[in-house]
Amino acid sequence: MITVKELTKRYARNTAVDHISFEVQKGQIVGFLGPNGAGKTTTMRMLTCFLPPTAGGATVAGFDVLEQPLEVKKRIGYLPESPPLYPEMETGEYLSFVGKLKGLSGAELGKQVDYVCERCAVADVKNKLLGKLSKGYRQRVGLAQAIIHNPDVLILDEPTAGLDPKQINETRELIKGLAGDHTIILSTHILPEVEQTCEQVIIINKGKLVATDSVHNLQNRARGAETVLVEIAGRNGSLEMVAVQSRLQQIAGVSRVQFKTSHGNRNVFEIESQKGFVRGDLARAVVEAGWDLNELRPAAMSLEEIFLQLTGSEAPTEQAATKGAQ
Amino acid sequence: MRNIWIIWRKEMNSYFVSPIAYLLLTMFGLIFGFFFWNALGYFALMGMESQMRGQMFPMNLNEQVIRPLLSNASVVGLFFIPMITMRLFAEEKRSGTMELLATSPIRDLEVILGKWFAAVTLYACMLLFTALNFAFLFKYGNPDWKPLAIGYLGLLLQAGGLLAIGTFISTLTKNQIIAGAATFGVCLLLWVLEWVSGYETATWAQVLAYMSVITHFESFAKGVLDTKDVIFYLTVIFLGLFFTARSMESLRWRS
Ligand SMILES: Nc1ncnc2c1ncn2[C@@H]1O[C@H](COP(=O)(O)OP(=O)(O)OP(=O)(O)O)[C@@H](O)[C@H]1O
Ligand SMILES: [Mg+2]
Repeated sequence: MITVKELTKRYARNTAVDHISFEVQKGQIVGFLGPNGAGKTTTMRMLTCFLPPTAGGATVAGFDVLEQPLEVKKRIGYLPESPPLYPEMETGEYLSFVGKLKGLSGAELGKQVDYVCERCAVADVKNKLLGKLSKGYRQRVGLAQAIIHNPDVLILDEPTAGLDPKQINETRELIKGLAGDHTIILSTHILPEVEQTCEQVIIINKGKLVATDSVHNLQNRARGAETVLVEIAGRNGSLEMVAVQSRLQQIAGVSRVQFKTSHGNRNVFEIESQKGFVRGDLARAVVEAGWDLNELRPAAMSLEEIFLQLTGSEAPTEQAATKGAQ
Repeated sequence: MRNIWIIWRKEMNSYFVSPIAYLLLTMFGLIFGFFFWNALGYFALMGMESQMRGQMFPMNLNEQVIRPLLSNASVVGLFFIPMITMRLFAEEKRSGTMELLATSPIRDLEVILGKWFAAVTLYACMLLFTALNFAFLFKYGNPDWKPLAIGYLGLLLQAGGLLAIGTFISTLTKNQIIAGAATFGVCLLLWVLEWVSGYETATWAQVLAYMSVITHFESFAKGVLDTKDVIFYLTVIFLGLFFTARSMESLRWRS
């Protein structure tokens, strides 16, 4: 659906996007991940024909962004970084204006306006001036305007920025619900968002492509092993760290046991196992030793860590700790 | 075509939702009304004087009232043009809505024409306001309507050209005030250029005077439809819109 080849954008001083290539299949949700200034917005602007690339090219829905921009624009819904709203318009009026811009008219226009108002939960501000909406509502109206013409491709630049937690979840659900019929690229620097919403992730840093893979693969790839977090408490208050460590170490398959934190007598250990399923053995070992097993959960390596590993930016304490351990 | 209409509707809406349209209409109406009643008062005085002296000066509403009034209107209009055009693109660039327009399936030219037509329409509304005064003349006198119509056509053409220039300048900045001030400067310059012909007849002076929008209004004020002057204004309109289009294009390549 989207093919990007050697896409490059140079500004006077710097190169914002540097020879990026990737592909997005129809119906996928792709997370576009990168720290501030990575070039996410710039890439999206090139895909939406807002900016022409300096070199390379891209096709959207089979049309070249440079050769047939009008055809591309017809098939794209775009939510820019800041929602493009006219403060002097009312929500309903604005949505119908955008609908007309995108080529809707008549009964269909009315139907779509009602539909997106419903879908993006802006029906209650339909007659309010956009200039008087709160940030979250502005964002929702921005999203509503992006999907009004039911586009094949949705390009969303930080769609959940400025929303409240409930709305963030609703928006993620909405985006997931849109996938299938629509191909979606969303940019974010919130990692859980990618983990929750996207199937595919494209990581860029300083304009360069760092990784592109499915979220699942990427999590596995960064560390072949499974990591489990266990929270253990001593029965009579105190707990011998060394004893715990050595006991856990004995379990078959465990390659590393590391003490993480403790709150009072509750101690959290991070256990890395070679492969396979060690959780059962772990639980039994803890209970047999007479400790309380408060919690046992898989610490699937968060994208944050993957991201830090891949982009090689200065990692906070965790990476320093890992280095120290090595 | 439909897209031009959509943009036009949106622009008209935003002119008339904000106080700007009403402000411009009222101010222009007041200033023009003042000129009108002045000219009329002066005309009446002249009429009485000539009667008292027993001479029969040919009194002519068209020559003595309408013509100077049209010239005045054309100059006053120069001051209003920047206020009409300054927001056209500057505002869209500042608020980020340019990104919406530029990523919608609509051509640059359609955006430009829609906006420019809206500006011309607002100016025409201002002129319509002044036409009320002339209605008064028709009630109590019998001026010739043709020169008046030609005069109005001239005003529209002249404004069309200046509005196109203003639209172009509005694409150059995000700041409305800068766009307005620059447009005002250009309008003023295009007016005063004509003054050089007062003391100089060299070629350069003639060229400068030729470039003045006021020079070309003379014939319209007289009620004469001069093709040369029509072509001049049409050229200004074309160039203004052409540069607007180029500017919108280069905006993307540069930014
Ligand atoms: N108009 C411009 N002129 C010059 N440089 C620019 C321009 N726009 C962006 N840049 C530069 O291009 C780089 C990429 O910017 P971009 O906005 O694409 O980052 P981003 O990934 O969207 O970041 P964020 O997460 O902060 O939104 C930055 O270094 C930025 O300074
Ligand atoms: Mg960005």
